Amino acid sequence: MLKVIGTRLGVMVLIMLTVSVLLFVMNEGNPRLVARSVLGPYAQPEQLDAWVEKNGYDKPMAVRYITWVGRIFAGDLGDSIIYKQPVNNIFWKRLGNTGILAGITFGIMVVISLTLGVLAGMKEGSARDRFISFISIFTTSIPEYASAVILSGIFVFWLAWLPGTSAMTGGFNAVELVLPVMVLTLYGFGYVARMTRASMAEVMTSNYIRTAVLKGLPYWRVIMKHALRNALIAPFTVIMLQFNWLLSGVVVTEFAFGYKGFGALLLEAALRRDIFVIEACGIVAVFVAVGTQTIGDLAYTYLNPRIRFS
Amino acid sequence: MAIAESSTEIPQPPLAIVRWLRSIALLRESWVGMLGGGIVALFVLMAIFAPWIAPFDPNQPILPFAFPGDAAPDGGTFVLGTDHQGRDLLSRIMWGGQRVLFYATAATVCAYTVGIFMGLLAGYYRGWADELISFVANVILSFPVMVLYVLIIAKLGASGANIIFAVVFASSPGIMRIVRGLTLDIATRDYVIAAQTRGESTMFICLIEILPNARGPLIVDFCLRMGYTTITIGALGFLGLGLPPPDPDWGGMISDTRAFITGGFPHMAIIPAIAVSLLVLGFNMLADGMREVASRD
Repeated sequence: MLKVIGTRLGVMVLIMLTVSVLLFVMNEGNPRLVARSVLGPYAQPEQLDAWVEKNGYDKPMAVRYITWVGRIFAGDLGDSIIYKQPVNNIFWKRLGNTGILAGITFGIMVVISLTLGVLAGMKEGSARDRFISFISIFTTSIPEYASAVILSGIFVFWLAWLPGTSAMTGGFNAVELVLPVMVLTLYGFGYVARMTRASMAEVMTSNYIRTAVLKGLPYWRVIMKHALRNALIAPFTVIMLQFNWLLSGVVVTEFAFGYKGFGALLLEAALRRDIFVIEACGIVAVFVAVGTQTIGDLAYTYLNPRIRFS
Repeated sequence: MAIAESSTEIPQPPLAIVRWLRSIALLRESWVGMLGGGIVALFVLMAIFAPWIAPFDPNQPILPFAFPGDAAPDGGTFVLGTDHQGRDLLSRIMWGGQRVLFYATAATVCAYTVGIFMGLLAGYYRGWADELISFVANVILSFPVMVLYVLIIAKLGASGANIIFAVVFASSPGIMRIVRGLTLDIATRDYVIAAQTRGESTMFICLIEILPNARGPLIVDFCLRMGYTTITIGALGFLGLGLPPPDPDWGGMISDTRAFITGGFPHMAIIPAIAVSLLVLGFNMLADGMREVASRD
């Protein structure tokens, strides 16, 4: 087990290093372009040169990369060009906002998708199974930007129940979270539900379930005690992978509702070449994605006795 | 004598293309797949014939803020209404469908070409080629996809070619993984070993022996990816990173008109939203039907 953990963590570190090199070369590979981004379009060539020299951008790229990594580990993410203040001042608050949005979505999504998946997989091929399977294909076909406008049309315009933007200008307001959470959940739950269904359906055909039914156990006991424990191992990995998808969805959804989160910050930074913000967002996004994936893999290994004891 | 001769004749297997068509024709056994295929076919026909069947010029402002069914000044009807600039929505949906389908197909086919090549390389040669390709794939797949798209398009600029490049970059690793897994398995089969013994070239073995036998899961994945690429192209248009205006693109249409939802004109944004969802639904149902049919035999 220790060896497995060690290997997985090693791979994770290697991926993070590669990603950091990529992000660094992409954003800071050309020192004059960095100077151009910082000083703006009207800076003279001499000013650019002066900036490059003053900030140490005339050193070789490898040296700059190492200094950059050192700075990040020391907690200094640089200064935002748009906001004219340290990235730290903006970034963590935005990330926290996304954490709230993604956390609520995740909780709701897991409950819905596991419940539907189990209900569908219990009786493979039944009307209920086919109905749930169709619903999950249907909702997974509606991308976030489409459901955002369709749901806005229904709940903001026709019914006038919910606010159309989620900028939280008047402080934290839970009502403003309803639409973004709905949009993210709607697009996301189908995939996990289908995986859970497949896993549950497979377990239901196994010999130990047949034995449990034949020895006369009540049906709900067979499901709760024998089937669920085995059926939920595989979806667990899929659920951890959902963080990666959730971060993707967050970019579109935050933009759609003007929610002040990490995704909207990344988009704004990318469009306006705010390089230090782009770097911070990129690193953290990949860190979250790879981290959850690693946890998912390790937990799967741990949860599955067939692997654990081999 | 003649009878004996004819009885020793080995029946020729049908041509490869016929077998492919037959395996696709099995789809008629799944109503989900048929319905999905029907939806996709409808959009494809609409896209191909857009120049002839679109009632208006998609970029011509005629009458702003018309509702679905309103009469046009020259006697026609705006079946789906017009947008804030007065352009006919039905015509824009049709022309936009042409662009979306063209770029989605081009991007997915390119991604498949790269992914299949890399997957065959990794799965057939194994060893360090596999290690290297798989590591690069892991790095790319560790990015949340939309983050990757935003980074690439913002860096390179929004254009059709760059969108295709970004899709190839982001989705060929996934295709590579599937092809690699299938190749690892198929390469151990007897018919591959027979071909190796015959002294066939590696290219022949990969393209003629291995690839056709990996087609089942690949066709399903291709349909799913077509749907996903359609979503991506729309998302980029929605975020302002899509195909350049003024030609219509569904994501851009949603983005341009969504401010008017609360102003009382929700149809302008909702109609392209339904169009994207319907096309993606078609691809997903098609993929589901294919999977169902494939798992049956």
